[in-house]
Amino acid sequence: MIRMEKIRKIYSTGKVDVEALRGVNLHIKKGDFVTVIGPSGSGKSTLMNIMGCLDKPTTGDYILNGTNIKNLNDNQLSELRNHEIGFVFQNFNLLPYASAYENVEMPLLFAGVGGKKRKQKVEAILNKVGLSDRMDHRPNELSGGQKQRVAIARALVNDPNIILADEPTGNLDSHSGREIMELFVNLWQEGHTIVMITHDPRAKEYTDNFVNITDGKILREELVA
Amino acid sequence: MIIKNIIQILRELSKQKMRTMLTLFGIFWGTTSVILLLSFGIATKSSVSKTMHGMGEQICIIWAGKTSISYGGFPKGRQLSWYNDDAHYLKDNVPLIDDISPQYDRWLPVNVGAKKQNFSVNAVWPDFKEMRNMIPRQGSRFISSLDQEKRRRVVFIGNEVEKTMFGEGVDAVGRLMYIDGIPFTVVGVIIEKEQDGSYNGRDKDAIFMPTSTYLAIYGDRYVNNMVARAKDITKTEQMKKAIIAAMAKKYRFSPEDEQALPIWDTTEMDQFLGTFFNGFTIFLGIVGVMTLIVGGIGIANIMYVIVEERTSEIGVKRAIGAKKRLILFQYIVETFVIASIGTTSGFLFALLMIFAINKAPLDDFVGTLELNPFIAVTSIFIISMITFIAGWGPAKRASELDPVVAING
Repeated sequence: MIRMEKIRKIYSTGKVDVEALRGVNLHIKKGDFVTVIGPSGSGKSTLMNIMGCLDKPTTGDYILNGTNIKNLNDNQLSELRNHEIGFVFQNFNLLPYASAYENVEMPLLFAGVGGKKRKQKVEAILNKVGLSDRMDHRPNELSGGQKQRVAIARALVNDPNIILADEPTGNLDSHSGREIMELFVNLWQEGHTIVMITHDPRAKEYTDNFVNITDGKILREELVA
Repeated sequence: MIIKNIIQILRELSKQKMRTMLTLFGIFWGTTSVILLLSFGIATKSSVSKTMHGMGEQICIIWAGKTSISYGGFPKGRQLSWYNDDAHYLKDNVPLIDDISPQYDRWLPVNVGAKKQNFSVNAVWPDFKEMRNMIPRQGSRFISSLDQEKRRRVVFIGNEVEKTMFGEGVDAVGRLMYIDGIPFTVVGVIIEKEQDGSYNGRDKDAIFMPTSTYLAIYGDRYVNNMVARAKDITKTEQMKKAIIAAMAKKYRFSPEDEQALPIWDTTEMDQFLGTFFNGFTIFLGIVGVMTLIVGGIGIANIMYVIVEERTSEIGVKRAIGAKKRLILFQYIVETFVIASIGTTSGFLFALLMIFAINKAPLDDFVGTLELNPFIAVTSIFIISMITFIAGWGPAKRASELDPVVAING
């Protein structure tokens, strides 16, 4: 599903070039639950951005579902993000003026899904994350855990192949953090592919499959083919 | 999909009430200012030119003067006078003349019943009507050529004369009026008109009769003045020269002698006013456009701030699949919504102001404001263009944001 070959990413900040990724090879199969760990500045966010098609590698190939993203233009990348990838962020990144329902609806709007089908999908997914009674609430009327559930619902609503989560429990108390982690595990067990950056040690309770990245290189891969 | 997006945009705008209100007010005020400024300009122009034309349009008033150059054996300082025949003479000898009329003027006692008062009584030809805007009130008429031919004792009177002599609200047409003890029938009353320029009193205070009737009674040798108009108003200057030349030949004064035949050419004033008011309107227009540009800069500024403060939101939208053109579209629609609400309300407010100003007793100062549709459409077009240009930059910038950078704010 995800195949990365010799990925290098160089950021040019004027005079200095920063090499964030120094030749990363990574294979992730459908149905995997992979956690990415590593100190800050190690390149994990860059890896996630490339994996999420928000950014392109400087060199190397990233093949997502058989498509080399090198050959895609901005519109095609946008479509790919919309259909193939669901993002979950550490600070939720919900639109503050929109209700839970409207936040979840947004990817479907971008995808051009029709009104009736949209309503069904949004309601079903909010129901699934346990927020069917909070649909009309704005983010500021929701707890941290509930916000992250909305964000997860938004990531799932377009039936993506991969869910990319960047420290999804980082801003949550331990109770909500555990609930969110359990939600991810449930999703995984239902067959979703999940890649998660996390420092949360609880992740290890659920998966041994982790990538340790330091200094732009993968130090240790366990159970990664 | 697009409708849903627009609804979404409207919702986002309504969430940012203060900011949206301020921007709206800027455009609203710009629109109101431009439309009011231009309406004032046009109203002043038409008010002045209307009162100027109260006396007549593009006419020349001809007097007899004193020679200032000795000529043909005559010393300078000779007083000249024009005869009744001279109007015929000029009409026959100067082909550039379209209409001409002599004008006699006497200050005479007038009475209707017991009411007695002195008025300026004029004798003119029927041609006088068109030249001097002697517009009869409905159901009445000016002196006709038949009156002239038959020396009828008929008068055309000013509306103030009617009011003074016959009383408020009384229709004088068909009634008798004694001038210097002689009965005349009123055949017409002038409509109420605004008149700034005059050379022997306002028309509303004057009485007009046929020259034939007048001459039969008083037998004046000389006319007070003549009034002439050119066939082609652009040839007024040539007509004046031709009149002077013809009269100089007949009365033996120098054709160069301007004081022998003083002419008041109202077209000169028209030209001056025309130029002046065109300049004035252009000036007001520029002031208006400047105001709008300031408004436009305000819009651009605010749109940039919007993009700035919602950078991470744009990043999130891009991350979940919004294409560049959708982001661009969103910000353009936002600008468009603000611009159209702003211009529409500004336009309606300007209309309200125009209505209110017209209701207020300010007519004499500013005249009647009216909204010229061309100006309305043009201003709204310019405002929309400025707004659009002001919104385009920030919108483009928003759509070009790197999603990775944008998400992190």
